[in-house]
Amino acid sequence: MKTVVVEELVRTYDKGNVRALDGLSLDVEEGTVLSVLGPNGAGKTTVVRILATLLAPDSGHATVGGIDVIKHPEKVREIIGLSGQYAALDEVLTGWDNLVMFGRLYHLSKKQAEARAEELLERFSLTDSARRAIKTYSGGMRRRLDLAASLIVKPKVLFLDEPTTGLDPRGRQEMWGVIEELVKDGVTLLLTTQYLDEADQLADDIVVVDHGKVIARGTSDALKKQIGGEQLQVVVAQSNIAKTMEIVAQVSQAKVQLDEGLRRISAPVTTGSSALVDVLRLLDSSGIHPLDIALQRPSLDDVFMSLTGHTAEEDLAVAESEKKTKKKTKRSRS
Amino acid sequence: MKRAIIDALIITRRQLLLLRRVPEVLIFSTIQPVMFVLLFRYVFGGSITAGMPGGYVQFLMPGIFVQTVAFTLAGTASGVAEDMTKGLIDRYRSLPIARSALVFGKTLGDSTLNIVVLMTMGAAGYIVGWRPTSSPVKILLAFIFLLGFGYSLSWIGIFIGLVAKDVRTVQNMSFLVTFPLTFLSNAFAPTTGMPKALQYFAEWNPVSTMVAAARELFGLKNRFGVTAGSFPSQHPLTMSFVYMIIILLVFVPISVNKYKNVAKR
Repeated sequence: MKTVVVEELVRTYDKGNVRALDGLSLDVEEGTVLSVLGPNGAGKTTVVRILATLLAPDSGHATVGGIDVIKHPEKVREIIGLSGQYAALDEVLTGWDNLVMFGRLYHLSKKQAEARAEELLERFSLTDSARRAIKTYSGGMRRRLDLAASLIVKPKVLFLDEPTTGLDPRGRQEMWGVIEELVKDGVTLLLTTQYLDEADQLADDIVVVDHGKVIARGTSDALKKQIGGEQLQVVVAQSNIAKTMEIVAQVSQAKVQLDEGLRRISAPVTTGSSALVDVLRLLDSSGIHPLDIALQRPSLDDVFMSLTGHTAEEDLAVAESEKKTKKKTKRSRS
Repeated sequence: MKRAIIDALIITRRQLLLLRRVPEVLIFSTIQPVMFVLLFRYVFGGSITAGMPGGYVQFLMPGIFVQTVAFTLAGTASGVAEDMTKGLIDRYRSLPIARSALVFGKTLGDSTLNIVVLMTMGAAGYIVGWRPTSSPVKILLAFIFLLGFGYSLSWIGIFIGLVAKDVRTVQNMSFLVTFPLTFLSNAFAPTTGMPKALQYFAEWNPVSTMVAAARELFGLKNRFGVTAGSFPSQHPLTMSFVYMIIILLVFVPISVNKYKNVAKR
């Protein structure tokens, strides 16, 4: 059964000038994890906000647990949990205060709410800090508490919007551990992320989103296969790049990519180690000594690159610089 | 409906819990009005005594009570704006609770704060010589009126909090609403000294009618107004009540509606 179904969602901002969602469709099978993967500004948060009934789409259709999010938002709210990009908690209240209050708002009795708070704090290793104000928590602790708050009534469907953005590596690891636990319990999870390794680690299925559209869908393995089984990577000196690209193209018979900064040439190959030997031989006869050469299974970064023609980070940089210019123009106006 | 009321009360409790966790808020919300009492009583009071039975402090206290409840509008507004910027609003809006619960709960919580503030001010006033001369019932009624006035104004605060871009804008906007209203009124001095045009404004100003109503309930003979016989100056209690209803009828629906469609910033 499909627990989440999204069909042809369109949502524009800024009087139609920005198309955040441009006919996006996806679905999540019951009890599985779908990761919506894409750079900043791809429309991930907008999908989550529509599914969590915070935002209405311009057009399209979406159901959660078989309930229409536009027609019956109040029923949808009863079966979902949402944990957003920013820990949405009362800073000056303690972890305990927050959980008990949200428990009460989920219609638990005082006793039930307190018992549930205790249980969740224990489970997320927050018991020791339960009586401290949230503002004294680390980023990772806040996120865990925020996640705990979205689990108070054991939601059928959980939406996690970039659960580890801004966390340090340790905080991320802890968060992943917690999410993996939840998945074992069989919750249906839709998770957005801009980290390719995160999708790889946590999701059963991945949809890659760019400019408000799904540009690819599949398991992590399937997506990797889509761009060829293995990837040959050669790093050479600047002066040898052109010739090396020729050689790699000749062996691979596929599209060759160049990362200029790293002087890394890569291309999918189907013949595995024999392709590696061929390239080495040809390089040698041309008098080129590679600085590094390797045969790699593609990472999701490669998938993203081959699907969109740019890396996730590039897009991120663009989004960031756009944000900055926007801020600047705003300031100069005022 | 019953559920919506319970939800609103849970939010009210959250507001009170905030006060307990950050007692500074309570302390500063009471210190400021008490400071105003002392300031006006001793700094200006000496020059404005003329012709007032019981001295300036009798005239002053109702004015300061009204000013104080009016100023809490800013606190309500910045509380809402803060929840907005932190994304807390998104969490509330994704919960299975009535969408009006949060805003109703907030206004009720801030009114509870007003009870504490008014009591402290009343005590401070008593110490510096304020003696209401009416009956206890009327005094109680005066305070209920003051709370009602503060409650209706807090809905303007909710609206400002929802439409303003950030907390600082909220403070400026609240200032723009509350300052002219409280000072272009009869709160601190009779309006008769003002230029004619301002006198008319002051006479119809809800703060003035509320101050006049409070004075009447505390036992002061206080007819105000230049156009003797105008409705607000003759019937300040009725007029204040009408103003409260008007404010609520306008700002409750537009605030709840705004909240329903609002997005995190």
